[in-house]
Amino acid sequence: MRNVILFIRRYLTFFTFLFLQIVSLWFLYSFNQFHQAQFLQTANEITGEVNKRYKNFENFFLQGEENRRLHRVNDSLLNLLSQQLVTPDTTRRLVTDTVLIDSSRQYRRYYFRPASVVFNSTNSEKNYIQLDRGSLHGITENMSVLNSDGSAVGIVVHVSPRFAQVMSLLHVRQKVNVSLQKTGDFGTLEWDGKDPGLLLLKGLPKSVPVKVGDPVVASRYSFNFPPGYPVGTVAEIISDKSTNFYLLKVKPAARFNNLQHVFVVENLQYAEQATLDQETRKRIEDSKRTPR
Amino acid sequence: MKEIIRNLLRLVLFLFIEVFVLHKMPHLHRFISPSLYFLFLFWLPFSISPRFLLWIGLITGLLIDYFLQSPGLHASACLWLCFLRPFIIGVLAPRESSEFNYREPSPQSLLWAPYIIYITLLTLAHHTWLVFLEWLSFGSFGDFLIKVLASTAISLLLIIPIELLFPRSNRFRTNVGG
Repeated sequence: MRNVILFIRRYLTFFTFLFLQIVSLWFLYSFNQFHQAQFLQTANEITGEVNKRYKNFENFFLQGEENRRLHRVNDSLLNLLSQQLVTPDTTRRLVTDTVLIDSSRQYRRYYFRPASVVFNSTNSEKNYIQLDRGSLHGITENMSVLNSDGSAVGIVVHVSPRFAQVMSLLHVRQKVNVSLQKTGDFGTLEWDGKDPGLLLLKGLPKSVPVKVGDPVVASRYSFNFPPGYPVGTVAEIISDKSTNFYLLKVKPAARFNNLQHVFVVENLQYAEQATLDQETRKRIEDSKRTPR
Repeated sequence: MKEIIRNLLRLVLFLFIEVFVLHKMPHLHRFISPSLYFLFLFWLPFSISPRFLLWIGLITGLLIDYFLQSPGLHASACLWLCFLRPFIIGVLAPRESSEFNYREPSPQSLLWAPYIIYITLLTLAHHTWLVFLEWLSFGSFGDFLIKVLASTAISLLLIIPIELLFPRSNRFRTNVGG
């Protein structure tokens, strides 16, 4: 026993090293697996505050770019106003339908909230973005994030009371359902962690005509992203002879380096869609086990 | 006391440079990610005990991690750096002349050639472990090697001009060597 204690005392520095190394590796892996490490919550509040101050200062220098982007959006919205359209003078007249059920009533599917980016990175394989809105402002996980001009940026993965963490499209675990604007065929958008200027679009069948420069938009099958918002343009077509699917390289529409003001988009039917999806899977798998 | 304040200021400065300058910079290349904050650990005084050095390394690493959203990654690499530091200093520095006359490792106290070896070895250790952890989940071995070498090279390229531009005042602790 005495020898054991002597041994430990002699190599105490080494054991401290081992202990601390295990602690830090535990931090690393528990965070990557669950995204929910409790200490991140408090750390978020502190670093978020510092990031916010820095961003206030940085915003001053980036206003020109942001203004141009907003101006473009305003421009496109102005073109949609009804007063810009003239009804041609024809004999057509408006007939009021007598059906009692109001089939034209609409319900809201997406809700947009503004937020600004306080932390952003594009340099690592797993890039996260931090927003200055959190659960106090109604942000929850799985909401999508669009840039100020509507291009896709990422998905909220974790929230604290005043800040939210967004998994950027530049993250090796990110998978987003997107489609070609022209044909509507869908595929999965991923990133291989190499070039932040190029995303990968997989799973698009070779029967679909694709050209370099074709716009890629959020798919209508995505649970998170509102359909039709730009994701990028096809930059390179890699046709692998061994499969029936294209591998497309997509140039992202959002410039991840200078994100400033973004929209957090809530799919108001997300919970319903997700539970239905899960329950269906569960039911089918259960029925497999007990044949009727 | 003065020593502690000086080192705390250095920590804040390097933290700021790492998070808000080096990490905000437009991406140079996918293999090249410069980092500088561990210069704080290189410049810590000789007099710190190896065990205390480990704790300082852990805290420095965690501070960086909290800003860069990767808890544990830099802390783990810093621990390696702090664990190896006393051994490398022990090999490179002749005990009588530097540790007793100079406060901290610098080109003046260790002399240029050993100092560059000291910096290169520790930077290499730091980047090897950091990139190793990053690429464990992901990537090929060739990329791993290139990324380690490229990142080490760019970090050294930043550190050596800093040493040349900001020579630290190397006051003697005793009058003997003066």
